[in-house]
Amino acid sequence: MQIKPVFVALRRHRLATLLIALEIALACAVLCNACFLIVTRVQQTRLDSGVDEAALATIKLTGYDSANAIDLNARIVSGLRTIPGMQAVSVINAVPFGDHMSTAGITLDAAGQHFGGVIDFYLADPVAFKALGLQLVAGRAPQAGDYQPMTAFLPNSADVVISRSLAEHLWPGADPLGKEFWCEKFHFRVAGVVAHLARPSAGEGGPGTIEWAAFTPVQPGPNLAGVYLLRADPRDLPRVLRDARAAIAKIAPDTVLDSQASQTISELRLRYFRQDRAMAGMLIGVIVALLLVTALGIVGLASFWVQQRRKQIGIRRAIGATRGDILHYFQTENFLIVTLGIVLGMLLAYALNLLLMTRYELPRLPLYYLPIGALALWLLGQLAVLGPALRAAAVPPVVATRSV
Amino acid sequence: MFAYYLELALHSLKRNKVLTALMVIAIAVGIGASMTTLTVLHQLSGDPLPNKSTQLYYPQLDPTSRNNTSPETQLTYIDAMNLWRAHKADRQTIVVSASIKVFGPQAGAQPMGLSTVATTADFFPMFDVPIDHGSSWVPADDDSKARVAVISKTLNDKLFGGANSIGKSIRLQKWDFRIVGVLGAWHPAPRFYDLYGRGAFAGGDDVFIPFATSRDLADLGIQGNGMDCWNQLTDQIHLENQPCLWLQFWVQLDTVAKADAYRSYLVHYSQEQKALGRYHEDRLLTALPDLMQWLDLNHVVPADVRLQAWVSFGFLFVCLLNTVGLLLAKFLRRAPEVSVRRALGASQRAVFAQFLVEAGLVGIAGGIVGLLLALLGLWAVRHTPADYAALSHLDLRMLLTTFVLAIVASLLAGLLPAWRACQVAPALQLKSN
Repeated sequence: MQIKPVFVALRRHRLATLLIALEIALACAVLCNACFLIVTRVQQTRLDSGVDEAALATIKLTGYDSANAIDLNARIVSGLRTIPGMQAVSVINAVPFGDHMSTAGITLDAAGQHFGGVIDFYLADPVAFKALGLQLVAGRAPQAGDYQPMTAFLPNSADVVISRSLAEHLWPGADPLGKEFWCEKFHFRVAGVVAHLARPSAGEGGPGTIEWAAFTPVQPGPNLAGVYLLRADPRDLPRVLRDARAAIAKIAPDTVLDSQASQTISELRLRYFRQDRAMAGMLIGVIVALLLVTALGIVGLASFWVQQRRKQIGIRRAIGATRGDILHYFQTENFLIVTLGIVLGMLLAYALNLLLMTRYELPRLPLYYLPIGALALWLLGQLAVLGPALRAAAVPPVVATRSV
Repeated sequence: MFAYYLELALHSLKRNKVLTALMVIAIAVGIGASMTTLTVLHQLSGDPLPNKSTQLYYPQLDPTSRNNTSPETQLTYIDAMNLWRAHKADRQTIVVSASIKVFGPQAGAQPMGLSTVATTADFFPMFDVPIDHGSSWVPADDDSKARVAVISKTLNDKLFGGANSIGKSIRLQKWDFRIVGVLGAWHPAPRFYDLYGRGAFAGGDDVFIPFATSRDLADLGIQGNGMDCWNQLTDQIHLENQPCLWLQFWVQLDTVAKADAYRSYLVHYSQEQKALGRYHEDRLLTALPDLMQWLDLNHVVPADVRLQAWVSFGFLFVCLLNTVGLLLAKFLRRAPEVSVRRALGASQRAVFAQFLVEAGLVGIAGGIVGLLLALLGLWAVRHTPADYAALSHLDLRMLLTTFVLAIVASLLAGLLPAWRACQVAPALQLKSN
């Protein structure tokens, strides 16, 4: 197959060729970046929260008198425990993907000079650590003596368990066990490290901070009441939660159940990421439409060119070209145009990524997206041109003898 | 002449139905996608109070010692009360909200958790809040810490079946409040007056009570959702003297001159507070954004929505390039016809106009189909679970924008092909074939 005649013919249609190439270039740029955005979003939704989501649910109450908090906690915990299938009931301040409660800036020195970041404290009773199903990778789990009373919104001094991600942020490369940090006058010492622990309603500080959380053992009281963690077998959980919500009306008729927040953790997770899923869905829609429109453009122009060149095709057939030759001619033509578009498109994709990086804090586009995008467009081009090219190949040689 | 071009265009479009359909679909899909996202963006970035937004301002101060680069976004109790008592603006109000346990008038009913706003008397005239029954409370009620409440139409319908409930009472936690006013339908979107309560696009608030009363009954716990303390708290209920930013403050300033005067007042106030030893920063920061600037500052429009709009405009651009290519092919195919017309005396301009009419026609068809696609798209958006989903409707302005965009886009797409077509030399083409 000779490429030269294809080139010569293309040069006669410079403008149209350039337009299709430009369209492919734009499609390539949008395709690469949109795919990258989708992958980034989907990765975010795959976040490992570090807790046994499928077995956990939460109940949130408001409107109780904080003077009666201890009595309320006792009534709720003992009341909910009697529900068949309930494995554990714990008093906690927040749950992963739920409302954030104790979010505060910490410092690595008592004087408050060295800022460590804004983290979330999970304040919880002795039942919670096991109920959450946290995976300890270093140090020890909180012991009975670690659970201290709380007179303010944090305990005065506590041995905490932090996530590996937070440990690496605060003390890169160093052993975090025994290290200390402060939040105003409150003092904390790292006693253990867990593999993962997602903070409640994370993301404010960017995707890198999503696991900046510390499990803080405390005794429930006026400053820790109203939010409860329930654990049950995943198969029983929906029923157990339903029973628990119904039981609240009898156990604590003077409180208001926050039904938005009183859900299974899986449900909260689904809600937490719904915006990301919607965005990924929208982008997939755009990509499909974009590829469709590009393909239609190629089909349109190729059909037009085939129609325009019927006579020439007839002549070529008459002087010995096979159907295969004609088919290959149009396929080669399309390949050349798409290649031009892809070369432009890769530059454009990169430029678009730079723009997105500055405006939307997106990471850099990994290079392997470019060849994948190129391959997809080559394939699309060949598929789109196949119909018109087959029609061209079907032009009988006798056309050559007819005048237009 | 226009009618003749129109006839020619229709004739030409009919001749090659597949190509015409491809062009119409390309424009329609592009228009449909961009109008869907543009409508959502338009609704979200809209002015919640179009007649008044330029007169409403949000004062910002910097009482913390945090080496800020911009002033704080909420006020302390002391600053809010000082500004409120100073009465330097035409109207001024404090706003803070929380979900509160409310009991209806029926005995033994389950309590409800309702969004309750603690504010001052100016709130209602300042934000043009419609009132169906009764009236808002008066400034004297603010001073006397009266236990009065204004309730929403929704709550009035729910508790009193929509009847006039003035003088009846509702119970917030353990305190009875007398209803003095019932609002008409009022659903500002975004809930601009309280960005630190629930989400900006959450539903309306149900109960409004005097701010002074909410402090008198501090156990109600109306403290907003964005309390920000820069020092150790000594009391979590009585926040009056705590180092905490938790109140939003609005002023109405009817003229630009008054706004300027208020700006210098804020600077003066900060200096005064520094002299009193309350403020410590070397550089005292103040600001007075107006309503729309304030919404912008708080990124009320989600970044995703903007990104979606950009993506769909990129898509529209690809669709247009596609149309340019197809039009070019179509127009150049008719070179012989142009040649004859030129030879018979048609000017280049006439040929140009003829082809643009054809392009415009494609645009109108694309606009109509695109509108249907946009309606479909908005229907899809309404069925997503986002907070703002319910707002997504096509208004008249966006309807017109759709057509203008479609026609302008197709005319732009037609410019190059039409120009190329009218370059065809008269009679030259007649020789070939």
